[in-house]
Amino acid sequence: MNRNTVVWVVVFGLGAAGLAWRAAGTGMGSQYVRAIEVHAASKTGQQFTWTRYDDAFPKDRGQPDVALSTPRTLGVWVAALMTLGAFSFLFGDNPLFKLTQAIVIGTSAGFAVCVGFWSTVVPMLMGRLHPEFVRSWAAPGMPPDQQTEWIALVPLALCLMLLWRLAPWGGWISRWPLAFFIGLTAGLRLVTFFKADFVDQVANTILPLAVMADGRFDPWATLKNLAVLAAVLATLAYFLFSVEHAGAMGRAARLGICVLMITFGASFSLTVMGRISMLAARLQFLFDDWLWLIDPLNRRTGL
Amino acid sequence: MQRAAPLMIAVTTGFVMILAYFVPAMNDWGDMATNWFNILAAAALVLGGGNLLKMNLQQIAARSAGWGYAAVMLVSFLATVGLGLAKVGVHPPVNFPDAPWAGDYIQEGSALGWIYEYLINPVTATMFSMLAFFVASAAFRAFRAKNLEAGLLLGTAVIVLLGRTYAGVFLTGWLPESLGWLRFNRLTELIMDVCTTPGTRAITIGIALGVVASSLKILLGMDRPYLGSDEA
Repeated sequence: MNRNTVVWVVVFGLGAAGLAWRAAGTGMGSQYVRAIEVHAASKTGQQFTWTRYDDAFPKDRGQPDVALSTPRTLGVWVAALMTLGAFSFLFGDNPLFKLTQAIVIGTSAGFAVCVGFWSTVVPMLMGRLHPEFVRSWAAPGMPPDQQTEWIALVPLALCLMLLWRLAPWGGWISRWPLAFFIGLTAGLRLVTFFKADFVDQVANTILPLAVMADGRFDPWATLKNLAVLAAVLATLAYFLFSVEHAGAMGRAARLGICVLMITFGASFSLTVMGRISMLAARLQFLFDDWLWLIDPLNRRTGL
Repeated sequence: MQRAAPLMIAVTTGFVMILAYFVPAMNDWGDMATNWFNILAAAALVLGGGNLLKMNLQQIAARSAGWGYAAVMLVSFLATVGLGLAKVGVHPPVNFPDAPWAGDYIQEGSALGWIYEYLINPVTATMFSMLAFFVASAAFRAFRAKNLEAGLLLGTAVIVLLGRTYAGVFLTGWLPESLGWLRFNRLTELIMDVCTTPGTRAITIGIALGVVASSLKILLGMDRPYLGSDEA
């Protein structure tokens, strides 16, 4: 082992020992739940009972219906270790980060498959092709008069053609659903982008150049409208590459660059602030939910 | 057939969507096509999962570098799919207690809900939050007020950062009302209204024109990305 590895092993060992000592002493990371009995009756009158678990504060752990939740406690520890695994990339690529990355990519892909199946395939495809079956099993609230829609065989066929891409031959078969995908996206985007991002934006730029408020001329609002109009036109002038940026056009383009730089500066600040807010949330999770070092919501007062 | 049929499908679908927007009688066609699109998108997720499976199995079989991580990814994927499709830990809805499969697949207490809450969500949030470090590092190295444009970018960034936090109020809150427009929070509002909104608007207009142009190229058959790079 080289010196760097030894240092990291010692650091990790001390960290693990510290965590174990603190966990044994304070019970940090423990999650408590309140058990609530749910009673329900089916349409045939049959009674069903199950237990739902709602979050409870650690300070309430002495109450009779509050108990330690093993899955949620394990979840907090897993989330904390995964968070540290992701943060470890700040020190460079390392095995812990790679492990975290592999777990998250695998679970995210699996999660996407489950979401696609339960939220789209079952109600929109199976529910249309065989409504009685889906009603009896996964969607009892489906309208009773729902009839089989044979037209749903078309997307089913397109799905099968798309999955054909995994087969070793006949790759051209998957071009049909891809063409549908791309054609629909092109058609939809053409109208929606043109409406929302072109027509509406142009309409919002057509502002009164002399603003009257309560029968009086408002110089400040007028100046603001003129500035907005000039800034939009100047920025568009910069993006107009089919005309040489010289003379008046050049000056307008130069003003457009200045407007763009100010826009980028503001966007940069907002992005940084957003990321720092997320960082604060992650640190709060680590120090509050996991390590129990802070307690901003008074969830452990009196422990 | 291998080239003409996809072209016809793309052109027809695209124009149906355009007509569905303008002709009320064709709205149902547009809704139906959108439903088909959503179903195909779900199938594409399955295709992605299948591809992930295939690639990782190949890597494990070949014992190539990092095959252990591929195995971890594979196990994570299969476990999530199994737990999610089996709706492990999902309770039935109260109004249909005799239908155990009718519960929400991501409800609190379910296995998939646990995976989302304690695995996917924390790491995704951490990944995004780490950008704060990288942006700060990049800004420290790249932000130099060498000319007017760079100075504007730097100045705006500082003013908006201060103006959107309590630091701005702390630093310039003492200014008298006659000079109130110089307070960082008001300067920020002014910048957002007079410069950022028009700048963003011009960029948005440019993007819209680009999207319309590229969509038209697809609808007129001039651009055929669905045929593959070698046959377009």
